Amino acid sequence: MRYPFPTGKNDFIQGNEAIARAAILAGCRFYAGYPITPASEIFEAMALYMPLVDGVSIQMEDEIGSIAAIIGASWAGAKAMTATSGPGFSLMQENLGYAVMTETPIVVVNMMRGGPSTGQPTLPAQGDIMQSIWGTHGDHMLIVLSPSTVQEAFDFTIRAFNLAEKYRTPVVLLGDAEIAHMRERVYIPHPDDVEVINRKLPESEEEHKLPFGDPHGDGIPPMPIFGRGYRTYVTGLTHDEIGHPKTVEAEIHERLIKRIYGKILGHREDIISYEEFELEDADVAIVSTGIVSRSAIRAVKMLREKGVKAGLLKLHTVWPFDFDMIEELAERVRKIYVPEMNLGQLYHLVKEGADGKAEVELIPKIGGEVHTPMEIAEKVVG
Amino acid sequence: MAKKIYSTYPMVKYLRKEALPTALCPGCGGGTVLNAFANAIDGLKIDPRDLVVVSGIGCSAWIASPYFLADTLHTTHGRAIAFATGVKVGLPDKKVVVISGDGDLASIGGNHLLHAARRNIDITVILVNNFIYGMTGGQVAPTTPFGAITTTSPYRNIEHPLQISETVAAAGASYVARWTTAHVYQLIESIKKALQVKGFSLVEVVSQCPVQFGRRNKMKEPAEMLHWFLKNSVPISKAKDMSPEELEGKFIIGEFVNRKRPEYVDEINKLIDEVQGSFGLRGD
Ligand SMILES: Cc1ncc(C[n+]2csc(CCOP(=O)(O)OP(=O)(O)O)c2C)c(N)n1
Ligand code: SF4
Ligand SMILES: [Mg+2]
Repeated sequence: MRYPFPTGKNDFIQGNEAIARAAILAGCRFYAGYPITPASEIFEAMALYMPLVDGVSIQMEDEIGSIAAIIGASWAGAKAMTATSGPGFSLMQENLGYAVMTETPIVVVNMMRGGPSTGQPTLPAQGDIMQSIWGTHGDHMLIVLSPSTVQEAFDFTIRAFNLAEKYRTPVVLLGDAEIAHMRERVYIPHPDDVEVINRKLPESEEEHKLPFGDPHGDGIPPMPIFGRGYRTYVTGLTHDEIGHPKTVEAEIHERLIKRIYGKILGHREDIISYEEFELEDADVAIVSTGIVSRSAIRAVKMLREKGVKAGLLKLHTVWPFDFDMIEELAERVRKIYVPEMNLGQLYHLVKEGADGKAEVELIPKIGGEVHTPMEIAEKVVG
Repeated sequence: MAKKIYSTYPMVKYLRKEALPTALCPGCGGGTVLNAFANAIDGLKIDPRDLVVVSGIGCSAWIASPYFLADTLHTTHGRAIAFATGVKVGLPDKKVVVISGDGDLASIGGNHLLHAARRNIDITVILVNNFIYGMTGGQVAPTTPFGAITTTSPYRNIEHPLQISETVAAAGASYVARWTTAHVYQLIESIKKALQVKGFSLVEVVSQCPVQFGRRNKMKEPAEMLHWFLKNSVPISKAKDMSPEELEGKFIIGEFVNRKRPEYVDEINKLIDEVQGSFGLRGD
């Protein structure tokens, strides 16, 4: 396979371009989208690249259709992705829940812009953190990753596909307008050096028969994709292990939903990823995710220069959330600061994790500019 | 009693026996549609393993899933065609069929219907038009006849129904036909043709919902509804010479279009060849 972009070397590209290239290296061969700022360049890159790698990029009539098409393509056996921003992400919520309920591996990129509504189309924000976790209705579980650099946008896109395939789940890649449009140096690995995970297909008779069961005890049933003679029944209604609708039996609903929770939460250690800076001896901590982490790193350096023992916990996964890790952190530090580009979302998760063991303070910012390092540092010194 | 019927019904081999009996009301036209579809598959000798059936939400959506024994994707309300688009592109060699209701495909999903017809993607849609939102209790639909009584137009419907077949034909589909559940043989033949046509095909089936539509509109018996269909059906050839006033309240039946137009998945493949050729990527 020849790739339509250079591999095994550095390049200087936009976040959106990096996401498109990473998706292709991860094996994505179906893309469906609808134009929206600041995510359109992902679509444009996919439209350019897909025919060159025997893939398909299709412009659907809206975002509801886009996510529907990628779910259909995933059941047809393809790795599939769509990308959007707030207004489109809102439209996708019903089918995002369908992907959770039918355990369909897909990757949904949401490049956040100021909201609600049409808001600030060209400017970054982090107002969709809670929506990415809880946007669709009902009890559900999925994975949300949030990059802070163009390199992370690339790396996390590959990881998003691998997690989606491994856990038979939708994964949301939560970027923002800044990551989308910023150009940075990115290392594009040689395809042989990219770890690619593919979904498990049923191998035994028993696995065929239980497409929504738990034949391996890890909560992740092999996926009987269409066209191979499995004659699978897939529905968004509550269903039993075979896939048949069972909409009034409490035990069946509970068993299904708890397995869907369990297959993610039971593998938290594999899924959750983060980085620590100067946290070992810190007595104040900053917890951040996404673009703000860049300023937070700088703020820690500034604070250290001033003799303040500050450290940073930079979250790569927003969901599932490691509440225990935050509690341990809260036991070690005097205070935790949460800078985020909204009026308080990640803050509530951190506060719940800290469980009163340390004070937690929100450093909110909205309007379309990322916090400066100074803004964060000044808050910390008080 | 019920078990006996299934065991002698020749089409039972296409059904998921464990899902029977169906949840459809007695006398519902949905059974006729399922029967016609199974007969078309049987007549064409299509292996159900080469078939993916996609449906939305509603009584009519249940015709295919769970009852039809193939790979079936029972999706969200209105979106079946968009899901089917992804399935078809991923499995171009399979027959991809959507079976769903008028509310599902023509109201909430109307835009997907139009655009799939415009793209002329090789999907067959069997749209069960019972003039009503059956599953949710008989609310007005975009297909409800002017003046009809429904639970959300309790005095009378003051809107005019969408002519689905005419609209989809205008949007660019390769094949469009309309029949009623009183025209079973024609219906089977049209489903067969639709399955063989390369491109987007729509078979609109005017169907009876005696429980939610008939009951409120002086046709509580399924047979009364079938008589209503027969009495008011006008073949398309005859309809051409009739005025709009004469056609008010009639069901125009027959084939609206059957034509060759470039098909979407073919066009994708052409594009892939062309682009890879021009970049020198072919043949390595
Ligand atoms: C987004 C959404 N809105 C509303 C519903 C409720 N709902 C279920 S079936 C249905 C109507 C189906 O009507 P139609 O497609 O005509 O099918 P029928 O039952 O008449 O066969 C509606 C509105 C839903 N499931 N999802
Ligand atoms: S409510 Fe109407 S459409 Fe639904 S099963 Fe009963 S008769 Fe058929
Ligand atoms: Mg209906």
